[in-house]
Amino acid sequence: MARIGVFICWCGENIARNVDVERAAALVADLPGVACAVAYKYMCSDPGQSLMRQKIVSERLTGVVVASCSPHMHLRTFRKAAAMEGLNPYLVEMANIREHCSWVHHDREQATAKAVELIGMAVAKVRCDHALQPIAIPVTRRAMVIGGGVAGIQAALDIADAGYQVALVEREPSIGGKMAGLSETFPTLDCSQCILTPRMVDVGQHPNITLHSYSEVEAVEGYLGNFKVTVRKKARYVDVAKCTGCGQCWNSCPSKKTPSAFDYNMGNRTAIYVPFPQAVPARPVIDRDACLHFLKGKCGLCAKKCQAGAIRFDDKDQLVTEEVGAIVVATGFRLYSIGKEQSTEQTTGYGEYGYGKCPDVIDSLQFERLVSASGPTAGEIRRPSDGQVPKTVVFISCVGSRDNAKGISYCSKICCMYTAKHTMLYKHKVHDGQAHVFYMDIRSGGKNYDEFVRRAIEQDGARYHRGRVSKITEEHGKLIVRGVDTLAGETLTIEADLVVLASAMRSADRVEELAQKLNVGYDEFGFLSESHPKLRPVETNAAGVFVCGACQGPKDIPESVAQASAAAGKVLVMFSHKELAREPEIAKVNETNCAACFACVRTCPYSAIERADIRDRKGNIIKRTARVNQGLCMGCGTCVAVCPSKSIDLEGFTEQQIYAMLESLV
Amino acid sequence: MDIGYYPGCALHGSSNDYGSSVRACLAALGVGLRELDDWICCGATAAHSLNHLLALALPARNLAIAQRDGLTDLLAPCPMCSMELLKAHAALASSAEYRRKVSEIVELDVQGTTQVLNLIQVLQRVGLETIKEKMVRPLAAFRPACYYGCLLTRPAKTLQFDDCEQPTSMESILRELGAEPVEWNLKTECCGAGMTLADEDTVLELSHKILGNAAEHGANCMVVACPMCHVNLDMKQPDVDRRYGCHHDLVVYYLSDLVGLALGLDERTLGIDRHFVAKQ
Repeated sequence: MARIGVFICWCGENIARNVDVERAAALVADLPGVACAVAYKYMCSDPGQSLMRQKIVSERLTGVVVASCSPHMHLRTFRKAAAMEGLNPYLVEMANIREHCSWVHHDREQATAKAVELIGMAVAKVRCDHALQPIAIPVTRRAMVIGGGVAGIQAALDIADAGYQVALVEREPSIGGKMAGLSETFPTLDCSQCILTPRMVDVGQHPNITLHSYSEVEAVEGYLGNFKVTVRKKARYVDVAKCTGCGQCWNSCPSKKTPSAFDYNMGNRTAIYVPFPQAVPARPVIDRDACLHFLKGKCGLCAKKCQAGAIRFDDKDQLVTEEVGAIVVATGFRLYSIGKEQSTEQTTGYGEYGYGKCPDVIDSLQFERLVSASGPTAGEIRRPSDGQVPKTVVFISCVGSRDNAKGISYCSKICCMYTAKHTMLYKHKVHDGQAHVFYMDIRSGGKNYDEFVRRAIEQDGARYHRGRVSKITEEHGKLIVRGVDTLAGETLTIEADLVVLASAMRSADRVEELAQKLNVGYDEFGFLSESHPKLRPVETNAAGVFVCGACQGPKDIPESVAQASAAAGKVLVMFSHKELAREPEIAKVNETNCAACFACVRTCPYSAIERADIRDRKGNIIKRTARVNQGLCMGCGTCVAVCPSKSIDLEGFTEQQIYAMLESLV
Repeated sequence: MDIGYYPGCALHGSSNDYGSSVRACLAALGVGLRELDDWICCGATAAHSLNHLLALALPARNLAIAQRDGLTDLLAPCPMCSMELLKAHAALASSAEYRRKVSEIVELDVQGTTQVLNLIQVLQRVGLETIKEKMVRPLAAFRPACYYGCLLTRPAKTLQFDDCEQPTSMESILRELGAEPVEWNLKTECCGAGMTLADEDTVLELSHKILGNAAEHGANCMVVACPMCHVNLDMKQPDVDRRYGCHHDLVVYYLSDLVGLALGLDERTLGIDRHFVAKQ
């Protein structure tokens, strides 16, 4: 005979205001199987939990219903409390009478009646509950980090320094990401490369880090603690083991006219190249589409010059498999491509700024290369069209960001700061130059951030105009920038030599493909979804997969690094156990009844159901059956719905329980 | 190909040269134009500043006539007309309430299913290949500045035609016919439009800028697809010259003029002889 305790929470006034909790307690006390029903002001508080624990002992309870907030909030709390008194935690259920009831209804009578019904359903469910045991999963204590920008580098180093092996996968020939191309960083104006390249070298030399540069994730199998990741190592045409990085090859390469992606097409590179001098690994790759050997079948000068014999024109893509327990995604961002073809219809626009048409209209990452000492102009600010030093520069913020008409509603967060930085760097290099900024709002929240913007305005004399630019045209070698200053209430025309567009931050190219391989959610803009925006900011809904950096949303360097360390911390928490415990509320196949139609295998969104054979002692196949992989199943219940022979059930949410809940209502 | 034709007031009146040009050019391309029976004013700038429902009902009656007569496509060569028709089209498509109300006002059933096209879209529909096949006289020596004005591409959401700030559709047609359209800066600037009556100074200033910029970038003629633009750039050009003491000397063609010339039509048929600025 069931002895169920019902504990109704007031949640201060949150619930008690609209639900008569005392009357609800009195009403549910009479339900079959209920041994006691009490209301308390804060069930989740220490005295509230103690009350529940006392009742479990004194009333010899076999099940517990807590009627309070959403189970997302406190189910774990109450299950833990019950377990302390020896009650199996999976015999504790919650009725959500806050979000589903008191917060959304105003009529006290009706809300109370609904609360009683919700509690009644939970009581019916508990009556059919049975004790479950958490599932133990072995964990491979080795991690993979995808993306070798500053976030990926930080996460990889943190995990590696804690003594665990890390495989770092980077799509480009070198790690370093966007930060390696930046000039100086806000709000301290320290040189980006000076702070990043030592960390890159650390990665390259770390005994615990295996670096897969110029590689991409091909496929992901497995589950929390037991992932099998196939990595495609793209053909480099250079034997990394033999190459010494001496530079003979790229210095002698006759094909010198390929726009350098690292310089955002502001400069050229050779066909065999390292993207930048401090690259890690400092090993070149050959660009097949530019190499004369591949295009015309002749040349081969690099191979002749290479004393190490490292050039391998017959190199092929290789697939390697990495077995890891956790994956950190740090794929970063790219910029909104202004006025060019966009991924969706919604995000076309800004033809009025003439980007791509006027060579002296550039984006902010291109400007970083113009200012950077390692850039195409060796740090001298010279405009692309004629190499002149620009005397008037207009910076336009919010290009793409915060503009629903262009499909991007969010604020890219870092542009206000780097635009202020750009005006300062410009003034420091061109003393008689004048910087103008068109802005919508200045968003400079952060330690020493607003002071930095004030410095740009007050010390370095940047002229800030609150308003938008309507058109940029080219006349007699000048860019005619027409805009409005809404504070002064007048239209402005500035004859500029260079225009820099602070375009929006978008998620990295093809990140959706990767997210689908990893079963990680993403939003309409392609930013990866964290599990909870406040309390689980680096976890994802795919167990064992973590996110950090700008792949999760626009972020600056300090935030990316902090989040990377947080993700590494979460990985290390996982690695501190030999085995991981998983919630047992997953699908279970009744293998005797299973008709082996495998409708479930085809329908499972997590590929968690396998085909299995049942054999007798001699090894002969008796029957075939579907079998749930306990590590992969997320307990969504889709298989239960499609099984024609009703041979699958969801532990903790059995059909019997659902029907019992419905019966309690009718 | 037979399509509906909505000339609007301009092509029957002050800009009848545009009317001749469109008819002749499209006839040569095998496009039959069926002028709407008993069409009325589109409302232009007047209606929508007075009454929202009136501004919908006026163009909607024309859509209703097209619908009644089974015309699924409707050419409105004046961008003001096509914009007003498209606005009504969008409003009718968005709400059954509007459809009911407007049908009652115009005393005809109107569903807003008629597709409204501008001149460029009709030429695109004929196809660049076909036009090129019928070309008898390539437009060599023509270096036109294609001028779209304010309405041909705007509002972008209603029109959904070309890049609203950097349009190139006229250029692609003319380039195909052997002309060398120039790159210039004021393709989508305002010519002053109806201000030509109320505030001539503004119009002269704007037209001067447009003509000047086109010439500076190497244009030897202008191409427009809007009767109002033509008035301000062509008819007002002598006034501009007088005011600013210059000689722009730019012939302003309608798009259909140049296509027509390439197809071998003569200037009289196309109405070019009725322009104010004549070819030297």
